[in-house]
Amino acid sequence: MTFFHVAVRRHFPALLLRQTSRIFIPRRWNSGGAQADPSCKYEESFTQGIMEFPGGKVAFTPEMRFIAEYPDERIPCFRVLDDNGFPHRGFHDLVSKEEAIKMYKNMVTLQTMDAIFFEAQRQGRLSFYLTSSGEEAINIGSAAAMSSEDVVLPQYREQGILLWRGFTLREFANQCFGNKEDYGKGRQMPIHYGSKKLNYFTVSSPIATQLPQAVGVAYSLKMDGKDACVVTYFGDGASSEGDCHASLNFAAVLEAPVVFICRNNGWAISTPIEQQFRSDGIVVRGQAYGILSIRVDGNDALAVYAAVSSAREMAIKEQKPILVEVMSYRVGHHSTSDDSTKYRPVNEIEHWKIAGSPIARFRKWVERSGWWSDDEESKHRNSIRKEVLQAIQEAEKIEKPTISNLFADVYDLPPKNLQDQERFVRKDVMKHPQDYPNDVPL
Amino acid sequence: MLGIAKQRVASAGIGASSLGRILIHHARSITSRNYSSPVKEITVRDALNSALFEEMAADPKVFLMGEEVGEYQGAYKISKGLLEKFGPERVIDTPITEAGFAGMGVGAAYYGLKPVIEFMTFNFSMQAIDHIINSAAKSNYMSAGQISVPMVFRGPNGAAAGVGAQHSQCYAAWFGSCPGLKVLSPYSSEDARGLLKAAIRDPDPVVFLENELLYGESFPISEEALDSSFVLPIGKAKIEREGRDVTITAFSRMVGFALEAAKILEKEGISAEVINLRSIRPLDRKTINASVRKTNRLVTLEEGFPQHGVGAEICASVVEESFQYLDAPVERIAGADVPMPYAANLERLAVPQIEDIVRAAKRACYRSSSAKIAATA
Repeated sequence: MTFFHVAVRRHFPALLLRQTSRIFIPRRWNSGGAQADPSCKYEESFTQGIMEFPGGKVAFTPEMRFIAEYPDERIPCFRVLDDNGFPHRGFHDLVSKEEAIKMYKNMVTLQTMDAIFFEAQRQGRLSFYLTSSGEEAINIGSAAAMSSEDVVLPQYREQGILLWRGFTLREFANQCFGNKEDYGKGRQMPIHYGSKKLNYFTVSSPIATQLPQAVGVAYSLKMDGKDACVVTYFGDGASSEGDCHASLNFAAVLEAPVVFICRNNGWAISTPIEQQFRSDGIVVRGQAYGILSIRVDGNDALAVYAAVSSAREMAIKEQKPILVEVMSYRVGHHSTSDDSTKYRPVNEIEHWKIAGSPIARFRKWVERSGWWSDDEESKHRNSIRKEVLQAIQEAEKIEKPTISNLFADVYDLPPKNLQDQERFVRKDVMKHPQDYPNDVPL
Repeated sequence: MLGIAKQRVASAGIGASSLGRILIHHARSITSRNYSSPVKEITVRDALNSALFEEMAADPKVFLMGEEVGEYQGAYKISKGLLEKFGPERVIDTPITEAGFAGMGVGAAYYGLKPVIEFMTFNFSMQAIDHIINSAAKSNYMSAGQISVPMVFRGPNGAAAGVGAQHSQCYAAWFGSCPGLKVLSPYSSEDARGLLKAAIRDPDPVVFLENELLYGESFPISEEALDSSFVLPIGKAKIEREGRDVTITAFSRMVGFALEAAKILEKEGISAEVINLRSIRPLDRKTINASVRKTNRLVTLEEGFPQHGVGAEICASVVEESFQYLDAPVERIAGADVPMPYAANLERLAVPQIEDIVRAAKRACYRSSSAKIAATA
């Protein structure tokens, strides 16, 4: 077991059983009146002060004590690198030099790609985009901790996972432009990426639907006895959906190998945490479902890496779900359809953008380790910037998917009514080309 | 497999028919068929059970999930014996969360398993409807064929007997309007077997609408239909009774009502053709239109609400394709446009009865001048 695993085990019992100040004067009562039939286990346990309820033994107490709705001390947050990028002394050799450089480069690429695609939308070239600004460490740290066989069911702010696994800038751009090279054949809005090859399920718009589905995928892996788990992501907002409750409960009961990663980034569009839930974040819900859980500093790529590594190992070996709450801040707007300065103070955003930056922190660490320099920084940023711009320019010029893609894939085999409709549309387009867009090939 | 089916048929045969009569709420006996003994009969319940057994035995990826399907043998005993035979990994008793197990089923289907999700009634499917429509129905399309969803959602649909508004709605029209889904509704035991087997084998998501009151009804069944390789094609309706004067379309329990109405109409010189739709989506427009072109009159029959119902779609289809052949306006018979009342007398008035069908057929045939009460206001 790793260091943090032991620390977690020790913390939990003390913190969650902490009593409130609302202790009532205990009233004495006897267990008296119970007629003893020693052969009956219920009677026996009764006189010993414990009861065999359905579900297990429970001890009795004469004190009427309500469990605190909010702990006096919140569940602490696991971190490896401090604000200045100095690692805790227990954590050397977590990642190799190559791994660290790859992680850093990917975080910078992710940040650059997000910024430029966002701009492209503002320029009217894309209809929509959604950034992961501020959450680069969550994206890359967790991606690096997984194996390529682990199946990912994302929410929508996890494009960094795809990037890590090898999705190219051009493939991202193709999907956003909905051109004929898009694997989704132009069926979905931008950022709804999916890749069967990279084990990344297509992004689905309704919130939290990926959670019970993740349990289903994990069940499939479990039945096949695969050495892999499911990693699924959701935000603080998504944690309010009924699907979130159902999936956590189900995963625990079915003993499904899922790692649930909650990106607690403070905001669900304009809804802040205090209006989303009143619990101590999401991590405390783990115990409510019988699930092992941990809170992690989401702006610390090494901590995210360590926690997710351990979580997936346990999920697979012990065939059970794990809940990881990564704390962070959504630096960007919710999406291009949002202007977050309307509901939160600009200086709050700036503070997290600069002081909380996960990239800056990681950079300090890799540079201090002698693995990165200013020179390499500017070289990398410049070349990535060029690559992203090129990818967008090329993807923009490519033809859109053909008309047959309007009717295909509704079913396994197209039914007659759709075949008829397709024929009709083709005829109509040929007869009245001036009424149809000229960049949609037949 | 055949041996087991035969045994079950033998033990179910006599008891099941009388059980079927007891379970039918209305005084009028629906199952008034008289057959001499050599023809085998099985209940719809046993037909569904045997179909599940055979498909689960044939394909290890098929598994059943729902409330009370395992230890309790199924809320309506459709899954009797399955837990014992296939174990808890393949017959899962779920916590009470339709959203949970429907979603979980979708995820399992995404990754290659073939779940059969049971809703205790389709009224509860509404708690999972996002997963059925937004995930199951649309995923193949939205992922451009990368994610297929080979799953079946099944359970009782429509009115039962004295269960009130939240347990009696018919969902054929709702699910039938959604591209990406296939929607089936069996009537007889042969339908139940053949269509459920087809649904489980189908690579697309299928909504399988059964009927609680039909579970106990016995139907004759051929040797061919009892064979484990028997499947019925999806999208093909069955002409239950041939006729010349008026076409009556129906599905599920209403097929039985239509057949009874046809008998009464026969005595009055009207030869009715009864079509058992079997498949709501895709709708067998070809068979329906061919029949209307023969009889020139159409009566559509369903239990569900009239507005935007299955009959509305059939009417539109016939008007579009066979307008010249219609000799009379299309008659739609549907349930009353009210949430299902509980009191037995009110419930009887809220669901189509045989007399309603007979009257509608006569109106279509004689173009009765008496005022027709519209189904909707």
